[in-house]
Amino acid sequence: MALLTCNDVSFAYEGTPVLTDVTFSVSSGDYLCIIGENGSGKSTLVKGLLHLKAPSGGTITTGDGLKHNEIGYLPQQTAAQKDFPASVYEVVLSGRQNRLHFPPFYTREDKKDALQKMELLDLLPLKKRCYRDLSGGQQQRVLLARALCATRKLLLLDEPVTGLDPVMTEEMYQLISRINREQKVTVLMVSHDLKNILPCATHILHLDQKQLFFGTTEEYRSSEVGKEFLGGIRHV
Amino acid sequence: MFDLFREMLSYPFMQRALLVGILVSLCAALLGVSLVLKRYSMIGDGLSHVGFGALAISTALGWAPLAVTIPVVVLAAFLLLRMSESSKIKGDAAIALISSSALAIGVITVSWSSGMNTDVNNYMFGSILAMSREDVILSVILSILVLILFVVFYTRIFAITFDETFAKATGVKAELYNMLLAFLTAITIVLGMRMMGALLISSLLIFPALTAMRVCRTFRSVIFCAAALSIICFLIGMALSFVVSSPAGATVVVVNLIAFLLFSLIGRRKA
Repeated sequence: MALLTCNDVSFAYEGTPVLTDVTFSVSSGDYLCIIGENGSGKSTLVKGLLHLKAPSGGTITTGDGLKHNEIGYLPQQTAAQKDFPASVYEVVLSGRQNRLHFPPFYTREDKKDALQKMELLDLLPLKKRCYRDLSGGQQQRVLLARALCATRKLLLLDEPVTGLDPVMTEEMYQLISRINREQKVTVLMVSHDLKNILPCATHILHLDQKQLFFGTTEEYRSSEVGKEFLGGIRHV
Repeated sequence: MFDLFREMLSYPFMQRALLVGILVSLCAALLGVSLVLKRYSMIGDGLSHVGFGALAISTALGWAPLAVTIPVVVLAAFLLLRMSESSKIKGDAAIALISSSALAIGVITVSWSSGMNTDVNNYMFGSILAMSREDVILSVILSILVLILFVVFYTRIFAITFDETFAKATGVKAELYNMLLAFLTAITIVLGMRMMGALLISSLLIFPALTAMRVCRTFRSVIFCAAALSIICFLIGMALSFVVSSPAGATVVVVNLIAFLLFSLIGRRKA
């Protein structure tokens, strides 16, 4: 059964449609890459999947025991976060928010899980460091650990390599692939960095205010849309 | 030092002022950290002016000051929060509009009811004589309520302060906790404004947080440091104002300013 299914979903801002006819599903273990130009509706779709914006039509359903608040989300960084006084541990632990009931205090289990996720991403030596003192790549790793705390099944990454240098970008992609393979975590990634993504992704969803393509990466390579888009990249 | 505080405590009005002042300083410092980081600092300023207007009107009409002012300011807090979240109206402009209007209405009310004299001065810059016995009881109860709610919802407040979008995505009702934050801030401002004055109370929210952030590196340590700083600065300020007979509220603010400058220096040294 699919983890996440979008059936003929569309979104609109104040009555103006920005994204229509999106139909796709993600199964356990998939690595789906959502691509498209700026303004193609990628970010809107992300908001919809996270239940931050209601679709104007169609349905988004989760299955396989995934609750809609159990999607591990790695947001694009905001300016406010960058000078925030918080330790790495505090940030990672806050990923467990969706497990808390009343009163919302972290249990020993929450703390153990946060430490495990930090170990997985080599963050333990940075545990007490201040988030704002870290490099861009380290900050992304912290946010990735937080996202992993929020989910066991599905990661949703919104342009995770923005602002990273080529070396850190490569490391980030390897890390995400490793999590996908070893932790059996399904990955949904928004990106326009198709060149680096294509070898990792199993499925592609190409948007341009409507759905242009959905299918496996192999199908995409031989499709009209894919050929045109990939050809365009090669020329750059 | 010890003798000084014993002498201060021999005056009942001083006992009241110190008790309420310590509790309010503590609440203000805790909430201030979140307000500063969420870029909501101006809301504190706006609310204190609304508080001034409400206080002036309720005094002129002979109503119980706190009982009227608290609901009015809580209402204003929700309104300001909605405005700063809506993209259509610019939040800071709306706050300036509301706060100066409330200030103007308050000043007119005071001048009609008692003439422009010491009353306005007391409202604007505070008076330690302002607290009656009933006020003190209400203030103590409410500030303890603020402290309890803050501690209980500490992890939620951290989550919405650090990253509201992520918090929402993981099912935290961010709007609810923003409202809680505004609600607690409103109560704290009303409780503190008569002692600190409408023009100075917002400094009690902002200064300890900013000062603590010069040196501390984690959210928890910023919270603890801000709380301790706030109380210490308040006590030093009160003692100073008692010795050199300067206005209490203004003296506390100046002590906070000195602490801020000191911590800035230390912070720069470390970096």
